[in-house]
Amino acid sequence: MIEFQAVTKQYPDGTIAVRELDLTIEAGKITVFVGPSGCGKTTSLRMINRMIDASSGHILIDGADIMRSDPPVLRRGIGYVIQHAGLFPHRTVLDNVATVPVLTGVGRRAARARAAELLEIVGLPAGLARRYPAQLSGGQQQRVGVARALAADPPVLLMDEPFSAVDPIVREGLQEELLRLQADLAKTIVFVTHDIDEAIKLGDKVAVMRTGGVLAQFDEPAALLGRPSDDFVASFVGRDRGYRALGFLAATGLTLGELSLVELGGTVADARKALVGGWAVAVDEQRHAIGWLSSARLDTVDGAATVTPDLLISGGSLYQVDSDVGTTAGSLRNALDAALSSPAALGIAVDATGAVIGSVTADDVVRALAKARTAGEVPT
Amino acid sequence: MIAWLNDHWDLVFSLSGQHLYLALVPVVIGFVLAVPLGWLATRSGALRATIFYVFGFIYSIPSLALLVVLPVLLGTQILDPINLMAALTIYTVALLVRSVVDALSSVPWEVRTAATAMGFRPLRRFFSVELPMSIPVLVAGLRVAAVSSISLVSVGALLGVGGLGNLFNDGFHRNFIGEIVIGVVASLILALVTDAVLVLIGRLSTPWTRVG
Repeated sequence: MIEFQAVTKQYPDGTIAVRELDLTIEAGKITVFVGPSGCGKTTSLRMINRMIDASSGHILIDGADIMRSDPPVLRRGIGYVIQHAGLFPHRTVLDNVATVPVLTGVGRRAARARAAELLEIVGLPAGLARRYPAQLSGGQQQRVGVARALAADPPVLLMDEPFSAVDPIVREGLQEELLRLQADLAKTIVFVTHDIDEAIKLGDKVAVMRTGGVLAQFDEPAALLGRPSDDFVASFVGRDRGYRALGFLAATGLTLGELSLVELGGTVADARKALVGGWAVAVDEQRHAIGWLSSARLDTVDGAATVTPDLLISGGSLYQVDSDVGTTAGSLRNALDAALSSPAALGIAVDATGAVIGSVTADDVVRALAKARTAGEVPT
Repeated sequence: MIAWLNDHWDLVFSLSGQHLYLALVPVVIGFVLAVPLGWLATRSGALRATIFYVFGFIYSIPSLALLVVLPVLLGTQILDPINLMAALTIYTVALLVRSVVDALSSVPWEVRTAATAMGFRPLRRFFSVELPMSIPVLVAGLRVAAVSSISLVSVGALLGVGGLGNLFNDGFHRNFIGEIVIGVVASLILALVTDAVLVLIGRLSTPWTRVG
């Protein structure tokens, strides 16, 4: 647990970066500091490992005031991941990861063995160990950065905009990876970002800070979307927050409808008979959806012809049922998006293997939402 | 000329050895001095300006003038080889201090920050991160310093300690151009070989610069 007690950082020129910050960061959870530039989020993070010292107030880690510890020793017990990874270009990937254990006096051989394990944990092939950072992609470098921060098995991990310099697709992969790692490791993670979507996706709790270093709201992501404390938070959380809040509601109250399935290779006449409301889903042998069949399209070809892929209309997003809330799969948001993005106005529901198990409509989602509201599951 | 060379191989070799010694010992000492000075210069803008100004000024003093002044400052004999080596050391420092500052400033901010955040103390961070990352720029500076030092040694011949420069002196006095040419060629070879050795050391110590 990390406690900020009335922490203020004022620079000699009078600028106040952080003002009277009171905050308790729970152990084993991800706490995200988010806000516009100049809001003091990075300063707050760096005060935890004394890269910056507070002007007044106290920061306690597990009850001990950090000002009583020797900064280098304190830092070796706190993992740190920085934007652009900050890897040492003159050291191999393996030696980069082994850095902190070597600093703390672990033998080089043992440190490297540990480093090799960590590369595996963060999902990097062992073949990269002997390479230099310049030979890795941005996403791989950032994974090495995470492995390096974890090498000495610190209970606390500070992450300073670690994924902001990689492209959106790689970033999403890294975020998923972090959540997966965290499910195993349960570190106390403090994560800084300016991206509210990233904050909401990763944070168990999110601290929204405003310019001038003032804490605007400290809450769980669903609460942040559901009841922002003031106009600043509401505008920072952004548009579509009602829609995005659906991402935190499990689609448990949702009943799936029927869906007509057709395999490729049959005749068009048979396919026409199978249509329900003018639509059917084409599936492969594993019941994975490969597209939609519509009466409008099938009517343009002869009934004796075979159903081939060129007759298919591409579908929308899939609603995956067996998944934990937290990522959007399995949530009302996911179900609604599947319904809205489908050409047939019917969302395709799939199980964890990707096999089609039913359909969902936008009306179903709205009804499920009403049910959740009555049950008091929607924050108001 | 060839005949003279055949009779004087021993002399050319021993003068070459002396030449290298006079030129390179100051480069090594100058390098060892330039690193901490350069590091100091990166600490504050005022220090940097002062150090650059002082060494810029020293570097502009003609070598012969410096060789005449140094015995007075050092309390040495005018013909003592220490004078020449001290002068060359000063020139090396003046040349390298800038390289050291450039090299240290080129270490990316996030690498330096990451090192500090991982718990490096400043001295260890300097030797395990900043200095090794500076090698490419430092080697470039060392090459200039070594070659210029090798060429400057000849000036010492006027004071009787010039290595191959003695061949120039002797050639002038005897009006024998061949001896001068041999001196020039031999000192050119020393410079080229030294430069090649430095390039090789640079390559061997920086495998990471040739990847990616």
